[in-house]
Amino acid sequence: MDCAALKDRIEAGWPGRVRCRLDAGARVNEVTCERVLLAELCARLFHDWDCVFAGLIVEEGADAWQLRYVFYGERDAGWVHVLVAAPLADSVFPSIAVEAKVFAADWHEREAEDLFGVHFEGHPRLGDFVLHDDAWQEGVEPMRRGFDAAAALRDRRPAADWRPRRVVQESGAFVLPIGPKFSGVAESVHFQLETVGEDVIRSWTRLFYKWRAVEKLAEGKRVEDALLLAERFAATTAFAHGLAFCQAVEAIARASVPPRARVLRVFLAELERLRQHAGAIQEICESTALVVANSQAGLLEEDLLRASGELTGHRYLFGLLAPGGLATDLATEACREALGEAQGVVARLDALERRLKVSSSFLDRIEEVGVIFPRTARAYSLVGPVARASNLARDLRRAQPYLGYESFEFDVPSEQEGDGYARLRVLFAEARQSLRIMEQAAAALREGAVQAPVALVAGAALGWVEAPRGATFHWVRLDDQARVARYRAVTPSFTNWHSFHLGAERFAFQDFPIILSTFDLSAAENDR
Amino acid sequence: MKWVASGLRTGIKTTAYPRGAENAPGVTPGLPLGAALGEHAATLAERCPTHALAHAQGKISVDYRRCVHCYRCARGVPQPLAWKPGYEWAGSRGGNELGAPFARSIHVLVVDAGDCGACLNEVRQLNNPYYNMHRLGFFITPTPRHADVLLVVGPVTDHMRAALKKIYDAMPTPKRVVAVGACALSGGVFAESFVCGKGVAELLPVDVEVPGNPPPPLAILHGLLVAVGRAAPAALASSGS
Repeated sequence: MDCAALKDRIEAGWPGRVRCRLDAGARVNEVTCERVLLAELCARLFHDWDCVFAGLIVEEGADAWQLRYVFYGERDAGWVHVLVAAPLADSVFPSIAVEAKVFAADWHEREAEDLFGVHFEGHPRLGDFVLHDDAWQEGVEPMRRGFDAAAALRDRRPAADWRPRRVVQESGAFVLPIGPKFSGVAESVHFQLETVGEDVIRSWTRLFYKWRAVEKLAEGKRVEDALLLAERFAATTAFAHGLAFCQAVEAIARASVPPRARVLRVFLAELERLRQHAGAIQEICESTALVVANSQAGLLEEDLLRASGELTGHRYLFGLLAPGGLATDLATEACREALGEAQGVVARLDALERRLKVSSSFLDRIEEVGVIFPRTARAYSLVGPVARASNLARDLRRAQPYLGYESFEFDVPSEQEGDGYARLRVLFAEARQSLRIMEQAAAALREGAVQAPVALVAGAALGWVEAPRGATFHWVRLDDQARVARYRAVTPSFTNWHSFHLGAERFAFQDFPIILSTFDLSAAENDR
Repeated sequence: MKWVASGLRTGIKTTAYPRGAENAPGVTPGLPLGAALGEHAATLAERCPTHALAHAQGKISVDYRRCVHCYRCARGVPQPLAWKPGYEWAGSRGGNELGAPFARSIHVLVVDAGDCGACLNEVRQLNNPYYNMHRLGFFITPTPRHADVLLVVGPVTDHMRAALKKIYDAMPTPKRVVAVGACALSGGVFAESFVCGKGVAELLPVDVEVPGNPPPPLAILHGLLVAVGRAAPAALASSGS
């Protein structure tokens, strides 16, 4: 079904009650509906018409709320933005997580309630999400327009009696708290594992210890300064997020990126994916205490960091992106050298995979743990290697190609089992595909400019990228001074962390660090 | 056995640092050097998003605590600043309370106080065979009770303040605090807002400062060596003369 057919279906479904505007060039159907229709419409899109939920974007206008629910399909089906509006004083919306059973919207609604104060009727768990109740009182709405982000909030009335929710009520039941500081070198996250003995019956993750309010900080900034934030909020995948931001800005300005810059962007994005996957593989080896494999994977990650540093000056690819292309050209010869390094790394990754596959002590730890069933992956709209290991072979480079990915040959690896081992195999397979793409990109490099002028105008657009951890969506609105009026980043760690508890429950305590490592989640990317 | 053989075949990869210099390409992004630029100095200083560059009488000086590696002083300008290679960047504030007994054995507690992931990832690299910090007697510990050095990354977010303070208070004395990365030193691009301040020093007494966004593993290693008195500290600014 293409986007025109989808438009007909939507209009036929609720004649006269929805307004559907199709931007055929961008393949975006903008559907405006009343609040009472929202859940029904989202349910049809998600459950019957094969659309995936990408994210919820809340915007506060001068006198009205606008909520934008973004869905997308494969290729020609394009994008559907469902818009509902309401006066600022009347901020109650239906919860599509509950009413339409689009579970993927659950955390989006919680975040919007916490930061904007909009309410979602029927949602069972609002509050204490981004803003921890033991640090902030209810009623603080930092994403609202009047809230001054630069000044410290003087009136702080944290809940003194805040206690985490306990679900398991049984004699002998206890809670194992982990974090926010735990383990050797780990990001700050808090977990609570509830049990009556060996197995984790229920797990609960408390996030946003690292919340830097990046979306708020971006407001009022010039595009180039907001780009610094986009690159730096989750710097292990800095290039992917910077790229998504730049693509949104370029879509607003209708700017085209010169061919050489497009090919270099592909090359660098795949270099970053390869490096991030090598790092994820290292962490999995480390979590299973397989010492030699840990060391060998560690060498590979460092080799790629060095190759990135030698090629671009920065080991995490900072400072390269600019709206309209790249801030600096890279020598074709240097790209070939980096490619040679990547080829060597992938050959050694292959050797590592062959040895891991016959190491029974390793397989015992990682097989059949942390299982995410395919139906869960679909219900939660999971993304990236986690989704693809659960038989959801979706990849934005294929589903909604950008940067000319449609002209590159590559496979989208997937596995059936959805366990830790399946996720590891997907990481190895994707590393090989990234190298394939890098080889084609290096061969396709032609001399030419790397940056086109970008005439910034007021407007809003979505940029999307298949980041190493999965799909990321960046919504940017510029005002008439070309300053950022709204920035919203939906990240793969935010999407996938929503399902992590399902992977951790039913398994033994000692599996927990292994399961966590196979999900390759980033708290920095989730918290923003 | 196969693992042992494959490990042995890899050979020794460990860096010569600190006994010798490490010159492999890509181990460091470098830092900008101050310079006399005349009339261009003012425009260049204005380009710096975190005010790491200051100018006076045509000279640019660089405050390394604030540099976030945006390369605006190096790219797209008629007179770019030169960037110095190297990685011995850590500066020291005050004396060394740990003293000689700790010089060859410290336990380091790493706390993420809102890091973007890059500094933490560079700390992680210290345990890979290239850097292998165990050979220097540096070990990571998960508990404050065993820790001699507190290594903090990130700008200290509001939600991490209480935890960070508790962790510091739970460490036995003598103890030292090493702040790693531009965010931990100045707040970086996140300073200053209702959820982030201007770094670790607002909350804890910082002894060693390691600049960089992120500092490469060798710079963090240098910071730990400075913390135990085994390396000389570096200046945290470049004046341009």
